[in-house]
Amino acid sequence: MIHISLQKILNTAQNLMTLNIELALERGQFATLYGASGAGKTSTLRMLAGLMKPDEGQIIVNDKTWVDTDKGINLPPQQRRVGLVFQDYALFPNMTVRKNLEYALTRRQKPDIVDELMDMIELSELQDRKPGTLSGGQKQRVALARALVQRPDILLLDEPLSALDSKIRIKLQDYLQKVHRQYGLTTILVSHDIPEVFKLSDQVYVLEDGVVARQGSPAEVFGYGQMSGKFRFTGEVLEIRKEEVVYIVTVLIGTNVVKVIAQESEIAGLKVGDQVMVASKAFNPVIQRVGE
Amino acid sequence: MEWQPLILTFQLALVTTVFLLIIGIPLAWWLAYTNRKTKAVVETLVTMPLVLPPTVLGFYLLVAFSPANAFGSWLDEWLGIRFIFTFEGLVLASIIYSLPFMVQPVQSGLANLPSQLREASYVMGKSGMTTLFKVLLPNIKPSLLTGIVLSFAHTIGEFGVVLMIGGNIPGKTKVASIAIYDEVEALNYSAANMYSIILFAITFLILLSVYLLNGGYFKSAGR
Repeated sequence: MIHISLQKILNTAQNLMTLNIELALERGQFATLYGASGAGKTSTLRMLAGLMKPDEGQIIVNDKTWVDTDKGINLPPQQRRVGLVFQDYALFPNMTVRKNLEYALTRRQKPDIVDELMDMIELSELQDRKPGTLSGGQKQRVALARALVQRPDILLLDEPLSALDSKIRIKLQDYLQKVHRQYGLTTILVSHDIPEVFKLSDQVYVLEDGVVARQGSPAEVFGYGQMSGKFRFTGEVLEIRKEEVVYIVTVLIGTNVVKVIAQESEIAGLKVGDQVMVASKAFNPVIQRVGE
Repeated sequence: MEWQPLILTFQLALVTTVFLLIIGIPLAWWLAYTNRKTKAVVETLVTMPLVLPPTVLGFYLLVAFSPANAFGSWLDEWLGIRFIFTFEGLVLASIIYSLPFMVQPVQSGLANLPSQLREASYVMGKSGMTTLFKVLLPNIKPSLLTGIVLSFAHTIGEFGVVLMIGGNIPGKTKVASIAIYDEVEALNYSAANMYSIILFAITFLILLSVYLLNGGYFKSAGR
């Protein structure tokens, strides 16, 4: 079990915001912190990693106290078993891919894990390259592998895929899923990409203005628990076109472009770029806006 | 012309640069990342030799280390170190005098590195020292090179501070810049010219090599 209870006054661009977060995660869970930018997601992650000091609160990970402000405990990042993947990779430019991974090894650790991870995340061919010569997706794979070298208790992912295009993003999501299962990790992802949240997470915490506004499974949180669909996918609206009496909505689902027929009432409030769910109820597909 | 003053000059510059690396890197590291209020004071003190007349620095060092006063005589009696009119004194004065030339490039190099590099290393359980030597310094090599070369070259160019605290003792404190002054006073222009031309050529070559390697001080400092 991982108990997190944190308070911190944050100085954001607009004003002061009080972050007040309570989370209880099961071991082995894939949890997502979802919310608009400035809602406190990254700050929560930084406090978990020990890079930011909470004003008050506790973090207890598998019966070990990482933070307890009442007792004056705040372990430095070095003493917490976390792996952290940054949005902009943070690879060491002076080291090759292999050296980046080897740097993360602890003194007592066997170096086998480096090869194991490079096999799993398919980095072996890149091992002698420097980060400067890699593409964004390759860099993020290296960063992911590097974060796993120490076999962390918690893997923290700070919007790791938001800078990547959708094709590479989907491939990296597969890697994330794979390592999460393989190593029995407890993973906390910061994301604002609903399809990604759906695909990866068991539990979603929606952060609004520094507090957890809603939580539950992705389906519960994003409001399609009520619908009994035969199939359902989430995607992004590419185009809305009127054709005679109906509308044709073109939706990008994963890498597939799907056309859905919709009534005027269904497309009300829908615009290009919206996240939607496409579901089938008996015969006719239903299209509905998702998110808050 | 004798070779002694030139050899002494380069000995001084070398020793000073080595000490400056040892002192300057931790200082630059502290200045680059601290949030303390004392930072402004320390930064000011480090930078002052840039604007202060060297004679002011030399004068106070002379007063502070003179065996005629308490501190100077304590050093002499207990540690057997004399800073007045000795090579050790020249080294000490040169370290203070050239400090900004080492600290500033290294500090700005460190400050310009993305903070995630440090944070990533800490999260991996690495200490500040390991992070500094394995991650940070290797990624600011141009800044380090700039710091080393500017300190070295600046020490070669010292005059006022050396004259004040070192005097003009052949083989001990008579560096090339003093020797030139000496020869000119003796109206021995050809010897002065020899020293000058050698210093001119060497400093030109040192600085040229840095600019060629680095693309310039301002470029590496602004990166």
